[in-house]
Amino acid sequence: MAGSEIERLVQLLARLPGLGPRSARRAALVLLKRRDSLLEPLLQALAQARDGVKTCSVCGNLDSGDPCALCADPGRDDGLICVVEDVSGLWALERSGLYRGRYHVLGGVLSALDGIGPDDLAIDQLRRRAAGGGVREIILATGATVDGQTTAHYIADRLKGSGVTLSRLAQGLPVGGELDYLDDGTIGAALKARKIIG
Amino acid sequence: MEWTDRAVVLSARRHGDHAGVLVVFSREHGKAAGLARGGQGRAGRGALQPGNQLQVTWSARLAEHLGRFSWEPLAASGALWLDDPLRLALLGAACALVEAVLPEHAPHAALYDGLVGLLSALGEAAAATLYVHWEIALLAEVGYGLDLTACAATGSTEDLIYVSPKSGRAVCRAAGEPLRDRLLPLPAFLAERRAGQGGEVGQALEMTGHFLRRCLQAQGGRALPPARLRLAEMLRAI
Repeated sequence: MAGSEIERLVQLLARLPGLGPRSARRAALVLLKRRDSLLEPLLQALAQARDGVKTCSVCGNLDSGDPCALCADPGRDDGLICVVEDVSGLWALERSGLYRGRYHVLGGVLSALDGIGPDDLAIDQLRRRAAGGGVREIILATGATVDGQTTAHYIADRLKGSGVTLSRLAQGLPVGGELDYLDDGTIGAALKARKIIG
Repeated sequence: MEWTDRAVVLSARRHGDHAGVLVVFSREHGKAAGLARGGQGRAGRGALQPGNQLQVTWSARLAEHLGRFSWEPLAASGALWLDDPLRLALLGAACALVEAVLPEHAPHAALYDGLVGLLSALGEAAAATLYVHWEIALLAEVGYGLDLTACAATGSTEDLIYVSPKSGRAVCRAAGEPLRDRLLPLPAFLAERRAGQGGEVGQALEMTGHFLRRCLQAQGGRALPPARLRLAEMLRAI
């Protein structure tokens, strides 16, 4: 039906998250129809990203410079480090615009299924940052999953005695959430983390 | 074929964008794996955390196929202990051990009931002791039953302080003294039927860990799951 070049393009696009074979086929078709306005700029952007994007040696973020713009920003609070599982978590916190400290990207969570152990995560780098001085608080912002929180407890254990305050993100009702639609686990976590009013 | 059963989530691994390969321990059908559509989506991810209890329906054309799961949440045991390192480690180790040790599609109803009992008792002060007893029950289910009631050499029920690493039977102080370097220490709380204190639970996990290793070695030379190793490390430090 389609040439081998197109099939290869479709196969590669289908490996991207959010794209199945059908949507990859549609995306390939759009790219090929709009060569000048879409395909060519996309090729250039991909090549620039491949050549220019680096992993920050301080926090593990992806950026065009090393250290990344967040680590190099003098306006950020050096005393606060937020530990996230992946760069996507860092982007989510940045989108909120509410956090002005530094970051540390772990590179995943402890997971026997995926064969990820402590040595595969940037935990030693975090310990070195904590021991480097000037850090008041480390916020463990791993996911509210069994693996995410197991990782958070493991890190907390490894940072014991560092003199740095450790905290984690709250768990419970999402903004706009109605009890009727929430799962038992979320309601349980919200009850455990309830706050006194007044 | 199709069956419906109560089950505890052991693990859920992402498969594609929203689906996951779910592994559960069901009461009447034992350990089973299947594709859970929507299991890694926003709605499904919370329910498919290890330790959570579900009502699952598994269906496949043939019994040996991977199959598909549909599910209804029953109890969110996993989510309740996310903020408690010890209880989360107990839950993680129990789920990891069931997944590592038990074969698929072999029912172990008593062990399932024991696991559900353990999950509901995680909030108790003696949760770690209950966990040790559950591990001993797990060993018995897979053919490595321990006999801690009487000395293997003399039949005495007094002063039992060792366990034979070969037979899994208790050994009293007098009979075990000449071989004490080769015997495993038997923590007193197991013989005295009370809650473990201080480092006793860690010591008990060393003992059960020996037999779990033997069991896993016999099943293709596999190692203890990392979650179980971390639990032992955590309790050793207490």
